[in-house]
Amino acid sequence: MSNPGILIDIRGVDRVYYDTTGRKTEALQNVNLQIRKGELISFIGPSGCGKTTLLRLIAGLDAPQAGQLLLNESPVEKPGFERGYVFQQGALFPWKTVEENIAIGLIARNVYKEKKPLVKQYIDMIGLTGFEKAYPHEISGGMAQRVAIARALINEPKVLLLDEPLGALDAFTRIDLQNTIRKIWKNTRTTIVLVTHDVDEAIYLSDRIVIMTARPGKINEIIEVKLKPERDRNDDEFIILRRRVLEKLHLAGMHIPSRLVDPVELINVLGLGEAI
Amino acid sequence: MEKNKKSKHEVLGSDIGVYWKPKSKIWVAASIATVLLALLVDVLVPNVQFVNPVSYQVFLGGFAAVLTVLWIASRYVGTIRKKLYHKAQFIFAVGIVLALWDLLTTKSGIFKLPFFPGPVQIVDVIVKERTTLLISTYYSMRLFFVGLVSGTLLGIATGILIGWYRQWYYWLFPVIKISGVIPAIAWLPIAIVLLPNSFSAGVFLIAIASWFSVAFMVSGGIASTPKVYYEAAKTLGAGESFLLFHIALPNAVPDIFSGISTATGLSFLTLIVSEMIGAKAGLGWYINWAKAWSAYDKVYASIIIMAIAFSIILAVLTVVRNYVLRWKNGIVQ
Ligand SMILES: Nc1ncnc2c1ncn2[C@@H]1O[C@H](COP(=O)(O)OP(=O)(O)OP(=O)(O)O)[C@@H](O)[C@H]1O
Ligand SMILES: [Mg+2]
Repeated sequence: MSNPGILIDIRGVDRVYYDTTGRKTEALQNVNLQIRKGELISFIGPSGCGKTTLLRLIAGLDAPQAGQLLLNESPVEKPGFERGYVFQQGALFPWKTVEENIAIGLIARNVYKEKKPLVKQYIDMIGLTGFEKAYPHEISGGMAQRVAIARALINEPKVLLLDEPLGALDAFTRIDLQNTIRKIWKNTRTTIVLVTHDVDEAIYLSDRIVIMTARPGKINEIIEVKLKPERDRNDDEFIILRRRVLEKLHLAGMHIPSRLVDPVELINVLGLGEAI
Repeated sequence: MEKNKKSKHEVLGSDIGVYWKPKSKIWVAASIATVLLALLVDVLVPNVQFVNPVSYQVFLGGFAAVLTVLWIASRYVGTIRKKLYHKAQFIFAVGIVLALWDLLTTKSGIFKLPFFPGPVQIVDVIVKERTTLLISTYYSMRLFFVGLVSGTLLGIATGILIGWYRQWYYWLFPVIKISGVIPAIAWLPIAIVLLPNSFSAGVFLIAIASWFSVAFMVSGGIASTPKVYYEAAKTLGAGESFLLFHIALPNAVPDIFSGISTATGLSFLTLIVSEMIGAKAGLGWYINWAKAWSAYDKVYASIIIMAIAFSIILAVLTVVRNYVLRWKNGIVQ
């Protein structure tokens, strides 16, 4: 049963929320997923399909009502540094400088003395040399997300969980940071789970793309991205894959701007031509 | 756009917009002129009251000299220039007020002694009584600081307990809330009876005055820490004490300072009233004693000393606060 290649095993997980009026939301229903060691996997799907919920369950920030989450075969019970988490808005501590924010994990784990040189190393890695003493409000959104990533990575986590880390950034900063993430992933070989709204981002970065649907939130399909390591957004295969993912998302109930999905082509792809 | 910015700073009084008065050199010259005018009025117009004018005249001469030096320095130092130009109109008015005040009191007797002493007499009294005033200030400050510091430390400790532990909140918060509305000075009769001397009674009153406001603010600051900070810290390996001392407490620091500001104001009040009623030393005691002798010039003198001492304390507090909260400078609220 046990598979040494699997880092995180999600088995039959349910998560239901009740709002203040008592209304029930099935944020996740019977989710099964195995995340492999060292892979970069992304979750994509319409708003409210439970992406954040699933990521929080893996982090141990939340617990499922049914099912099990295993990390290296032991149940996830509470948050821990071996599962680094980057929040959508970064959540840097405003009273700490860039350097202090990055060092937090070392201090919290009482290893700051031995591992102090790592701080500089990670600042260099994310390209923020010279900004060590800046406070979060003094740096740009893109820089803040770099700090948030470095802050999680300095603990050398088994998995890095990224919840739409680039969601609030402009297109150029986004691409820049995508390259940084890819570089980090290559260098550290950390397993990365990425939540995103951006199809190109998912294809550009991932080994696998998990497409989710809402109400109840569940996994709709998992697409293997079999592109060569050096990816080009204008490559034919890239474009074909993009179209495939967009169509799936469209069916999954996600609003896709019409210029991205050609309805005639969609019909052909789905083999519905005869039916019409 | 630029215009918009300016008016915003005028409203908020933020740092950039603080020195907004006209950049005219005339006002600096005019302000020196009115200070000299006040001096001239005192020297030339004969007195109807018996006073010793030396101290006042030295004071005005010194004031004018300092202004002149600053005026010269302002040509070379930008920060001095900005401040001086900004303050010039106010100093101009001060010079006129001093001259008028002098004319209406010492020079004419239109406003009568002992209730309305002239500026000459007040400055003279401050100089003559300097030893007593200094000792009184020393006693007041000692009482103030011992009381405020112990009250603040207690307040921070209580605030942490209330803000962090449900049990403490349950038992102590209602007590703080109810006791907080009672002016500390109301405890004076009890403090005097139960505590061995007026100093400890004063410390007790000032300490409770500051304790409640600090505890209240600290607990609020801790309780309002955004959940995402705790979650972020937990995924970085933080334990309970780390969450308290590295996350909740730093998050509450701005509130600690608001608490201390409130506490400082309450403490001034408590200090002076408790000294007026129960003490044998200090500025509050001095005022009361001077009043008993109908020496209103001394009453004014000690009020001026109080104003100076308290302003210095508030200014120091502001500097410390701006330094500690430098991570907040520029964050849009
Ligand atoms: N704490 C909560 N209390 C109540 N309902 C919640 C809570 N958290 C999430 N939900 C609900 O669960 C569903 C899934 O939420 P989740 O945040 O996981 O979605 P998401 O896929 O991350 O969406 P988005 O793309 O908008 O971030 C939503 O319908 C949401 O309203
Ligand atoms: Mg989300």
